[in-house]
Amino acid sequence: MSVFNQSRSYIIRIIFLAVFVIILLQLVNLQIFGSKYHQLALDNAVFEKIVYPERGIIFDRNGKPVLNNTIMFDLMVTPFEVRNIDTLAFCRLMQIDTVEFKRRITDAILKNSRVRPSVFLALLSPEMQARFEENSWRFPGFALIERPVRIYPYNVGAHLLGYINEVSPKDIERSGGFYRMGDYIGKNGLEYSYERVLMGQRGVQYMIKDNKNRIVGKYRNGDFDTTAVAGRGLKTHLDVELQILAEKLMTNKVGAVVAIDPQTGGILAMASGPLFNPNDLSGSGKNANYGRMALDVKAPLLNRAIKGQYPPGSTFKPLGGLVALDEGMITPAFGLGCGGGYYYCGRRVGCTHAGGGHAANLRLAIANSCNSYFVHVYRMAVDNPKIGNMRKGFETWADYMHKFGLGVKLGIDLPSEDKGNIPTVQDYDKEYKGSWSSCTNLTLGIGQDKMTTTPLQLANAMCIIANKGYYYTPHFVDSLEDEKPEDAPVLAKYREKHEVLTHISDTAYNAIINGMHDVVTHGTARVARIEGINVCAKTGTAENFTILDGRRIKLKDNSMFVCFAPKENPKIAIAVAVQNAGYGATWGGPIARILMEKYLLDSLTNRSKADLERISNANLLPSYFNRLQYKTDSLRAEEWAKAYGDSTRLKRYLRGVRKVEADSSVKKNTDNKTDKNKKPANTDQNVVLLDERKYFRKPFDNMEEEV
Amino acid sequence: MTRNNVQISKGTDWILVILYFVLVSIGLMAIFGVTYKEGDSVLQSFFGFNTDYSRQFYFACIALVLGLFILLTDSKFFPATANLWYAAGIFLLLLVFPFHSAVKGTESIIRIGGFQFQPAEFCKITVALALAKYLSSPDTDFTKPRAQLIAAAIALVPALLTILQKETGLALVFFAFFLVMYREGLPAIYIVIGFAIAALVVATLLLDKNLLAIVLTVIAGVVVFLSWRKIKRDNGVLIKIILVWLLCVGIQRFGVPFLFANVMGKHQVERIYSTIGKDIPNEYLKGEQREVNTKTGRKDNTADYNVKQAKIAIGSGEIIGKGLLSGTQTRYGFVPEQRTDFIFVTIAEGFGFIGCVILLSLYALLLFRIVRIAERQRSTFSRCYAYGVAAVFFFHIAINICMAIGLAPVIGIPLPLISYGGTSLLTFSILLFILIRLDADRQMVLR
Repeated sequence: MSVFNQSRSYIIRIIFLAVFVIILLQLVNLQIFGSKYHQLALDNAVFEKIVYPERGIIFDRNGKPVLNNTIMFDLMVTPFEVRNIDTLAFCRLMQIDTVEFKRRITDAILKNSRVRPSVFLALLSPEMQARFEENSWRFPGFALIERPVRIYPYNVGAHLLGYINEVSPKDIERSGGFYRMGDYIGKNGLEYSYERVLMGQRGVQYMIKDNKNRIVGKYRNGDFDTTAVAGRGLKTHLDVELQILAEKLMTNKVGAVVAIDPQTGGILAMASGPLFNPNDLSGSGKNANYGRMALDVKAPLLNRAIKGQYPPGSTFKPLGGLVALDEGMITPAFGLGCGGGYYYCGRRVGCTHAGGGHAANLRLAIANSCNSYFVHVYRMAVDNPKIGNMRKGFETWADYMHKFGLGVKLGIDLPSEDKGNIPTVQDYDKEYKGSWSSCTNLTLGIGQDKMTTTPLQLANAMCIIANKGYYYTPHFVDSLEDEKPEDAPVLAKYREKHEVLTHISDTAYNAIINGMHDVVTHGTARVARIEGINVCAKTGTAENFTILDGRRIKLKDNSMFVCFAPKENPKIAIAVAVQNAGYGATWGGPIARILMEKYLLDSLTNRSKADLERISNANLLPSYFNRLQYKTDSLRAEEWAKAYGDSTRLKRYLRGVRKVEADSSVKKNTDNKTDKNKKPANTDQNVVLLDERKYFRKPFDNMEEEV
Repeated sequence: MTRNNVQISKGTDWILVILYFVLVSIGLMAIFGVTYKEGDSVLQSFFGFNTDYSRQFYFACIALVLGLFILLTDSKFFPATANLWYAAGIFLLLLVFPFHSAVKGTESIIRIGGFQFQPAEFCKITVALALAKYLSSPDTDFTKPRAQLIAAAIALVPALLTILQKETGLALVFFAFFLVMYREGLPAIYIVIGFAIAALVVATLLLDKNLLAIVLTVIAGVVVFLSWRKIKRDNGVLIKIILVWLLCVGIQRFGVPFLFANVMGKHQVERIYSTIGKDIPNEYLKGEQREVNTKTGRKDNTADYNVKQAKIAIGSGEIIGKGLLSGTQTRYGFVPEQRTDFIFVTIAEGFGFIGCVILLSLYALLLFRIVRIAERQRSTFSRCYAYGVAAVFFFHIAINICMAIGLAPVIGIPLPLISYGGTSLLTFSILLFILIRLDADRQMVLR
């Protein structure tokens, strides 16, 4: 029997062999032809660690760094590795208590699992960092990690430089996945506009991780790592000393200053009040500070230089004059008798001068800032018989305004620029049901009515006049570090000359410019005289209103001032707007003079130094803000109480007899809290003058910061 | 006794012994590669009892001691006690039902003190012995169906009990014994039919239902055409063909779906489909499995992970491997069950294609050696037993490696002599040593 079926043993052997061959073939497939497995193995085990580069530095025109980088440290903890540490010693060292310690560890475990590092204490001060470094060997599981942080050596430029913060999911989406969680991105100002230049290029370090995602070493000793490329710097037109001066002058004031170099369009200084120290939005306190400022009704985060909507007032007059000159409606010799008011339209428009031939010709009219003259000039332009149609005349006038840069965005290299407001025919048709004339909106001639401008637009308009018809788009950045061909389109638009109004004759310009010179020599802007320099300027005292407590209130006039110097070869054009401060010459004038002196003469006269001290110490914050802040805070407290049933914050507002709710007029107010100086509502209620005593209220003694 | 000893040492097949030692050493090295933690002192942990490779080492020592005892036993002992061992095996299997301890979802392990014991493993030895005994008995006429059925029963009763213990993979091993029966004269047609049904099941899973039905009909048609002359002579042939066709279609249409939807567990369905590489059809899924994973757009198959990771690890070994302690997948724990079911992966990643070829050659050498030994036995008992050993080894090797490389569904059976596991090492060692002992007396005719 043993020899039966012996052939079957061969069959069995063949079966064995066949199976082994099949196995071998599959192995060949996997191991020799399967390069993708190699890649997948890498994907499993290799972790890309992103290395963040140094962000680009921003320099002023003299090469001083206005914005620089520094390193701060976050204290990271990996809860899994925290064993047998002396908790008490740690807490004492880091100055927290044990309850806080426990809470943070639990937070870390819940948010990011035991085995991954999480932030325990963010952005340590150098002292804390040093303390920890000395003792780090005693506390396993804790480690410091570097975080790049921006610093502002001169403490200026908050509004124009912007700030950086962690990227949000929306940003990631918008960039098409270019950014990743944890990256920092510019959120405002130049940091935002030039993000791609400043950010540089991420580097990658390849680390090995095990199947629980713990890092266990470097992959191939770092052979595949790529180094980070530092961001490129920006050289700006900014003059940091001028900026420091401008910001000092705007302390405790609401408004803005913009200084432009007409020959390049480069912005020399831009300050917006109320100010804040840019270092507040960088480093460990940034979120708390941001929150605090966001809740302030004075809106310190708002850059009023490009977003403040101000009626230009008399500073508009040179432009109006130019339009009429160009349309041929007047000549420089045109004069108007003004007895203190303009009566041709029925309604009186007052003038600060009366008689004396103060408007006998264009130059005098500008020098004395005669309202009647310019109201009339405006009406002449709109009712131009050559155009024939009043509406068409208005549109032509509006078109001139757009050419001057009013009512349009100029294209500055900062985000969210506002375009001011030049009203349209439709606006008036809607409001007056189609029946209106140049008499209806005659105050446009003196820069009131619905017209609003931003200080940037005013400064730019000055550049156009100074250059006699052309301008360069106002911008900050002069050049990029290591400028490449790809950068050309970005910078080209700032190097382009816009010859918008060069068709206006030189005689017209000269008339206006001389008139503006007269304003300084013996007109309303005598305060802006500088020894040895021919300054051209125009003051403005703009009326403005707001709605407070349900009534339309006339606030103190805005102090507006525009100028450029020297007359022959203009090097600087400035626009100043100080809210609710009174006459243009009172505050706007000295501010502009100080800045001009500094820029043109590189030093201040003693008089200017005294003025500098006086102005910077003056607190011109409009008092109605206190009332507004109180109302806003109390409303917020009420909403909080309604939503969370927690009335502790509300209680302090319920002191006294008057309750804060139920007043429907109160609700209306909050809509306008950022529109303090915007167009007033068209009500026919009696206009009430703001009574300072009634609305000035000292803050409560025990009022804490509401964050 | 000395004469016996001399004879034993003369008759011992040294090649088998050497192969045994080589394989066990490879196993130790592979387990070391998986479980070694950097920084541990090798020698100390080797002799302590904490690490897997030291435990495996101690089990190897125990296996050697057992082996020595076996070699000193009289070879007549084995055929004499074969049936007894078989009964003991069945008894132990039955004992599992009341006394099992639930370990990782299986119900097949008895725990005594610190030791685990899986009777199903032990039964591999008893079935090999009992089957050999039966097939070598003079009363057995293996050409008769009755004898064939009894033989099948001997092999499959433990399988049935194992299935009841939720160890389907292990139960499948017992089917390997059909190889022995084939060698002893089981008509090949049974094996062919078995494979045909398996192929049909696979085809059902791979191909669309209707397409398969059409293919079957076409095949039936061709067969009818080719045997037209036979049909003319005897109508019965036609009827047989039609019956077979009906059976095939029945399996395809009803049998397989029924099996998958109701009989097979979720894991098994997942594993089979993982190997095939297709999505599991909705009828076979229960409950929340039907939802499509939003990220991948396909249904989740939890069995995929093991197979994928194993393939990645093997593939990343490429030609010469990454070195025993440098394989990233091995060292950082990406392949689950790497010390046991997927130990082959360690060798593949560590030593690459060359390493795999060497290992496969060693196993091939082992199997061929066993078959050669089988053929030179004078007694049927020894021969049948030897084929039993070859069958068990072959089944384990083939299925385990195919599991790792993605050609077979994951069943969960160890790689002989290499996978970590005391019971498995002991079982295979005993199987081999009994064979060596029987082979030493190959000149004798045992019953």
